Amino acid sequence: MKSKQLKFLVGSVAILVALVYFGYQGFNESMSYFQTVPELYASGDQAFERPRIKVQGEVVKGSIRREGGATVFTIGPADFKPPEGFVPGPGTHTLQVRYVGKDAIPDTFRDYASAIVTGNLKKDGTFEGTFIQAQCASKYERENAAGVTAANQ
Amino acid sequence: MAQLGQFALAIAFIVAIYTIVASLIGIRTRNDKLIASGRNAAICNTIAISTAIFSLGYLFLTNDFSVAYVAAHSSIDLPLHFKISSVWGGQEGSLLFWSWILTVYSALVIFQNRNKHRSMMPYVTSVLTATSLFFTAMHLFVANPFKVGAIQMPNGALSLFRPTDGVGLNPLLQDTLMVIHPPMLYAGMVGLAVPYAFAIAALITRQLGDTWIRTSRRWTMAAWGILGIGILLGGKWAYRELGWGGYWAWDPVENASLMPWLIGTAFLHSVMVQEKKGMLKVWNVVLIVAAYTMSIFGTTLTRSGLVDSVHAFAKSDIGGYFMAFIIVTISGALYLILDRLPYLKPDNQMGSVVSRESSFMFNNLVLLVSCFAILWGTMFPVLSEWYNGNKITVGAPFFNRVNVPIAIFLLFLTGVGPLLAWRKASTNSLKRNFLIPAVIALVSGIPLYLLGVNHFYAWLSLVMSIFVGITIIREFYKGAQARSYGTGERFHEAIVNLTMRNTRRYGGYIIHFGFVLLFIGWSGQAFSEKVRLPESRIGDKFQVHQYDMRVEEMGVREGANYAAQFARVSLYEYGKKIAVMAPEWRKYGGRDQQGTTEVAILSTLKTDIYLVFQGSTDGVSGDFTIYYNPLVMWVWIGGTILGIGTVIAMLPNRQTPGKTPQSIRTKESEEVEQAV
Repeated sequence: MKSKQLKFLVGSVAILVALVYFGYQGFNESMSYFQTVPELYASGDQAFERPRIKVQGEVVKGSIRREGGATVFTIGPADFKPPEGFVPGPGTHTLQVRYVGKDAIPDTFRDYASAIVTGNLKKDGTFEGTFIQAQCASKYERENAAGVTAANQ
Repeated sequence: MAQLGQFALAIAFIVAIYTIVASLIGIRTRNDKLIASGRNAAICNTIAISTAIFSLGYLFLTNDFSVAYVAAHSSIDLPLHFKISSVWGGQEGSLLFWSWILTVYSALVIFQNRNKHRSMMPYVTSVLTATSLFFTAMHLFVANPFKVGAIQMPNGALSLFRPTDGVGLNPLLQDTLMVIHPPMLYAGMVGLAVPYAFAIAALITRQLGDTWIRTSRRWTMAAWGILGIGILLGGKWAYRELGWGGYWAWDPVENASLMPWLIGTAFLHSVMVQEKKGMLKVWNVVLIVAAYTMSIFGTTLTRSGLVDSVHAFAKSDIGGYFMAFIIVTISGALYLILDRLPYLKPDNQMGSVVSRESSFMFNNLVLLVSCFAILWGTMFPVLSEWYNGNKITVGAPFFNRVNVPIAIFLLFLTGVGPLLAWRKASTNSLKRNFLIPAVIALVSGIPLYLLGVNHFYAWLSLVMSIFVGITIIREFYKGAQARSYGTGERFHEAIVNLTMRNTRRYGGYIIHFGFVLLFIGWSGQAFSEKVRLPESRIGDKFQVHQYDMRVEEMGVREGANYAAQFARVSLYEYGKKIAVMAPEWRKYGGRDQQGTTEVAILSTLKTDIYLVFQGSTDGVSGDFTIYYNPLVMWVWIGGTILGIGTVIAMLPNRQTPGKTPQSIRTKESEEVEQAV
């Protein structure tokens, strides 16, 4: 191999190795398990050890409330109707979340919104969230989709 | 009208098939009449798809809610311009919009080259129309925008259903930027189909010189520029509408638009190596195929719900069809490339490591690594789920760790590359070109650090911006000085004439300068701060850096189609009142009564004060969040310069015969020789 080509090769490999290393660092810093509430419960004790989990569920109607600086709410399966004296937990595939993050809560976050909360599971069974993403409430669209099926002409 | 649209789609489908068949048979049998017929059929395809999209527009304007798509994306009280933008506001319409742009481009390409490239054009027409055919099939069979609404009766039969009012447009999308941003992204992404079609035609006809590149260069430039501006406008929309204080979040949908742009950037640079030195022929074909594929993949990603995104797009089954189309595209191109390898041999050998061609090579290398890393990060949840059932996501730190150093390295190349000679740059020329800018940049790094720029990458990016900025300004200065000396033009005239006589080179510099400003804006992000102020009352004061704020008033008011809670907050800088900010928290009626924040932003060249009000629950105290975002405005300024530069780079060179004395011409051409 000519020395010129060798120089290119060495240069390129050096750049690539550095970038792969940066990527590896960033991966470790930000990788998180993405789970639904039942999947979270199914991963058992492991769930308590994972430093970062993204859990997805629908915000249970009427569950959003303030507790000091934190926002507390419950997420669960779609269209969940909480029974009288309801306590969130594995039985109902619901999870209580305590949001303590610095970011403002997104506009789209409200009853029936599909929320993705980043955080970790505490020993008391609640989920401490540091970041919320929410997709526009799907209730209306779902009802629309269920009631109005489109037919071709 | 829905019937007309539906009929137009059916016509388009048949006409597109005819276009492809006629063009291909025509060129094989050298039947000029058949080729001409194929060309005309392609124009018919454009007319048919245009008819379809204008029919859809008409349905929106006349509030025809019997059509399911209209009912789902519009409402009677929606302002006119949003009714128009609703045409591409949802799945079916946006795909039709994609098609429409593609067929309009096809018609332009056909018209532009009606007397040129006779052997290549039938293939170009076929490739473009084949893409259009795929989309038309999608409209007809998978995502039809003209479907009528129907409701299931108790006895199980379907009955036509026409709601009295539509669902309306998501309030977040009721923003003028959202009228422009999606069409720009599409116009950019679809534009990449043109150079792709020329590349495939070049492969088929074995005309693998730089004809296909030169012919499609302006298309590539335009597509690239429009896509870039489109991405930035999306960022601006997110910034002012979403209320989280930033403009980029590495969301899959953002990444989807960035990936084709990155490959397009690599392509724009590497084609210069082919034009000048006849090298990298295989590479350029691979790049344009990749860029085009990425733009189709990006459309898939945003439209199929393949990856979870904060963008609430419908999940649908179009993903499978798109993936199949992508696989066919890639395999076809790959076969052609492998088969035509003997025609793709380089005319020259690579130069030294410190040369123009090698700077292009490193530029390409890191741009592709960047694109690959983004693809990897975006698709990781899907890949990991396939691999072991665990869906694992990666976040902003991953993307930033890889892309920030790449971006700064690219900025460095931006300054250095254009001034390196082809083959090998001499030590003397390196000193002459770079010593002064490098010294100035490094020296100014000291006060920057003392002023508090203690974040490594931000510091490096600012120092590099100074370095690159100076090299670019010097290029203009030296060129204009030489020109005004020779022609007697005044200095500012010389700058204009210089630019207009070599638009590609100086337009390129202007684009690069736009990036310098973008980097200055991006660097500011390292110093963003965010303060949450829950339950603040009238009279409360808060402070961020040199700014003081005081809550003056909170109240409610009625808007056109929403009710708002508002706040008035006085803003003082160093104790002097500079503005009254009025953020709002709005609840829209109709749709699903979503609440949205209307952010108040005070933008200056130094910093943005970004104030979010999230409403009051008890009428006396409200929640505020303040973001202190330094230098953000430079991002928008840089983007504007980028757009101007792109337009200039696309203009034909102005010829000014007789005005340039011989002495200058030689001096200039020397410089050009050394620089271009």
